[in-house]
Amino acid sequence: MKTGIVSYGAYIPIYRLKRDEIARAWDRGSMGGEKAVANYDEDSATMAVEAMIDCLRDSDRQSVDGLYFASTTPPYREKQSASLIALAADLRRQIFTADFTDSLRAGTVALRAALDAVKSGSGKRVMVAAADCRLGQPQSDSEQNFGDGAAALLIGDEGVACEIEGSYSHADDILDIWRTETDTFTKSWEDRFILSEGYVRNTREAISSIMEKYRLTPPDITRAVFYAPDQRRHSEMARAMGFDPKTQVQEPMFATVGNTGAAFALMMLVAALEESRAGDRILFANYGDGGDAFILRVTEEIEKIRERRGIKRHLASRSTLPNYEKYLRFRRLIPTEAQAREQANAFPPVAWREREQLISFHGSRCKRCGLTFHPMQRVCIYCGAKDEYEGVRLSDRQGTLYTYTVDNLALSSDPPTIVSKVHLQEDVEGGGENHKVGVYCLMTDRNPEKVKPDMPVEMTFRKMHDSGGMHTYYWKCRPPREP
Amino acid sequence: METIKDKVAIIGMGCCKFGENWDKSADDMIIDAVYEAYEDAGLTREDIQAAWVGTAFSGIGGISIAAPLKLDRIPITRVENFCATGMETIRNASYAIACGAYNIVLCVGFEKLKDTGLAGLPAGYTHPVLGINVTAPGRWAMGATRYFQAYGIEPQEGRKTLAQISVKSHYNGARHPKAHLRREITIEQVLNAPLIAWPLGLFDCCGNTDGAAAAILTRADMAKSFRNDYVLIKGIGLAIGPGLGKEDASYDYIHLPETEAAAQQAYEQAGITDPRKELDILELHDCFTISELMTLEAIGICPKGKAKEDIDAGTFTLTGELPVNADGGLKSFGHPVGASGLRECYEVYKQIQGKAELPERQLKDVRLGLSHNQGGHPGSLLPIITILGQAG
Repeated sequence: MKTGIVSYGAYIPIYRLKRDEIARAWDRGSMGGEKAVANYDEDSATMAVEAMIDCLRDSDRQSVDGLYFASTTPPYREKQSASLIALAADLRRQIFTADFTDSLRAGTVALRAALDAVKSGSGKRVMVAAADCRLGQPQSDSEQNFGDGAAALLIGDEGVACEIEGSYSHADDILDIWRTETDTFTKSWEDRFILSEGYVRNTREAISSIMEKYRLTPPDITRAVFYAPDQRRHSEMARAMGFDPKTQVQEPMFATVGNTGAAFALMMLVAALEESRAGDRILFANYGDGGDAFILRVTEEIEKIRERRGIKRHLASRSTLPNYEKYLRFRRLIPTEAQAREQANAFPPVAWREREQLISFHGSRCKRCGLTFHPMQRVCIYCGAKDEYEGVRLSDRQGTLYTYTVDNLALSSDPPTIVSKVHLQEDVEGGGENHKVGVYCLMTDRNPEKVKPDMPVEMTFRKMHDSGGMHTYYWKCRPPREP
Repeated sequence: METIKDKVAIIGMGCCKFGENWDKSADDMIIDAVYEAYEDAGLTREDIQAAWVGTAFSGIGGISIAAPLKLDRIPITRVENFCATGMETIRNASYAIACGAYNIVLCVGFEKLKDTGLAGLPAGYTHPVLGINVTAPGRWAMGATRYFQAYGIEPQEGRKTLAQISVKSHYNGARHPKAHLRREITIEQVLNAPLIAWPLGLFDCCGNTDGAAAAILTRADMAKSFRNDYVLIKGIGLAIGPGLGKEDASYDYIHLPETEAAAQQAYEQAGITDPRKELDILELHDCFTISELMTLEAIGICPKGKAKEDIDAGTFTLTGELPVNADGGLKSFGHPVGASGLRECYEVYKQIQGKAELPERQLKDVRLGLSHNQGGHPGSLLPIITILGQAG
């Protein structure tokens, strides 16, 4: 039985920052190109949700048996993120969830674990979602190099679009890049050492070992997809391993996205899959505290999962951050004046009690009159029926902006606040065209000057605030991420 | 169901100077307003048999007025209904008088906002997720956005109409000695002012103000023993709904159904069938200019979608067909939450009596007036409407 990738998805935040802009701020050289920057209300968890929803676009969310979340920047040091991501993606409750963290290799470690879970029969379909939002020290090369993004791979043994034919792993211990408990920014030892003894040695070892193990030579590989810390090392590795950079090597997106950490290799793999055809053989390798490598073979099923935003369409849907200061504000790297208003409160009991409507973004559909509304109500707002409702997912419905305001008074890390009344589409059971589902929410990823009544919108999972030292999540609307 | 019409009379009112009263405490303002009302009615503290106090943020319990006023061992109740708190005191007190429980009662509304250090209203309890990032101007601005869209009004054109409301109110407020903001402004100033919540700018929003106002009520059949020019309560309407306009996809954001219902209640009690013809003065709760516009339609003064024509034509100016907010409204007085509903009655009361202080402010032949107080925003509104009429 074939085991491998059943579906893929990806996410790249809408904002891009030109590296020249970072260089300008620090009076130093620019690496050129731009990097993807998570909005102020995004983190690795929200980006993972986006990638997963992209991946599950035409799948039954209930069919997922497990979720492995991979990131070096999970929102909490203690408290699982996969459980939150599963709830937001509306997966079922009886699944196995785990966070794979601390290593740049976390994405492929999770992939291998998912593969093993499916092979062992402990789950039919296991989701791997990798996302990272790493901070390079201001003024450092890392600051220019790092980007934000996410990828999701659904691993299973039915409808396999890309079989994983073989894998190889080794562990290595080296202090090349690290963060201690109190570090906000990544630290690294001197370049010559960490590259030659870290990245280069381990990646070569992983690639040559798997090629040897499966008796392959470079001409057998249609596409080589592998992690590299930067563009130069990526090109050097391609040459050293005997791959033709023009025809065989997956473009690593340094100029457009940047190094997205634990999600980076998986995002490149998604980009490769988008262009792949049945029969293609892919070499996939990752680095971080050792090496992972996989041999993949694309099947005819790949044609059935083309409807994804993936890498290509997310790349094309972009908005330029006007300046470096805005990036600093998004990442809260500048202390700002406390505003003379009460902080929003975070109440764990409220968030927990209302998790179905706040995180899974269910509305209640009245079983008597059939109409749906949000937030969920025990007494129907249309017909008055009491306690006769069922939760229905609203997060994947398209909508229009019924009315809005551009509020300069409301607290925000990225003012102004666009407060929106959205009309989401209703399905046939709920009245179809004759009825809408009203949702009152904020708008994100928007240009305030382009917001107009009746414009199309879609929903996106975001962070509302961090007050009380807790992350509070909910859904916002945004202009559709279509180029 | 009996009507409240002609059962209750207002025989005294008081209103302190509204403003940033840094040198006055809430107690000081309560004393200023209530002692003016005592004097106006020719009464003293000992005559008060029961009292109602309205404050949203500045105190709790009946003791909040009993302490400064030294009211002693009488029933006092604090009421609260968002920004409609002030008029809620009159509504509750009126029914107590009408049922014969008391002969003379006191209504006090006050708010001390400027000690909070906040530019807007205190937030109070909000849902930690759904209730954040919302402001009062933002909520009303969403009504303006949709109103313009629904009636095909270009936003910049719509803003000009709203600006006229503000210019009119500032003109009136400049002539009221107790107003907070007493200066005339121009359309250009309104349009060029900083945006608060698009499409509302600074001058579309009322100020944050300290203030207190008071009323003394008695039975209509006893009123003559206090004064000849007492003012009668002709009708009171209060209509509160589930406030689910944010959730309900059928709510259109251009109508104020609760206000329509409150007006209907008040008109029925007062026997008013043609409000535009029968009413001589309107005090509308103009927390934002768009609120005044939408309320004009909700209470049946203008047909739906037509308020703009009347506003542009100057119908509601001091010398127009039907003056609105002749004292300057919330725009000039600001909005000390608990006090506003009583201040909105104070202007109609004084105009009916012909005692509008400055002669240039005094309207001619005011017999019947409407005072409107409200809390909330389009989709979730708590409007109270009181119709006041001349004695006899």
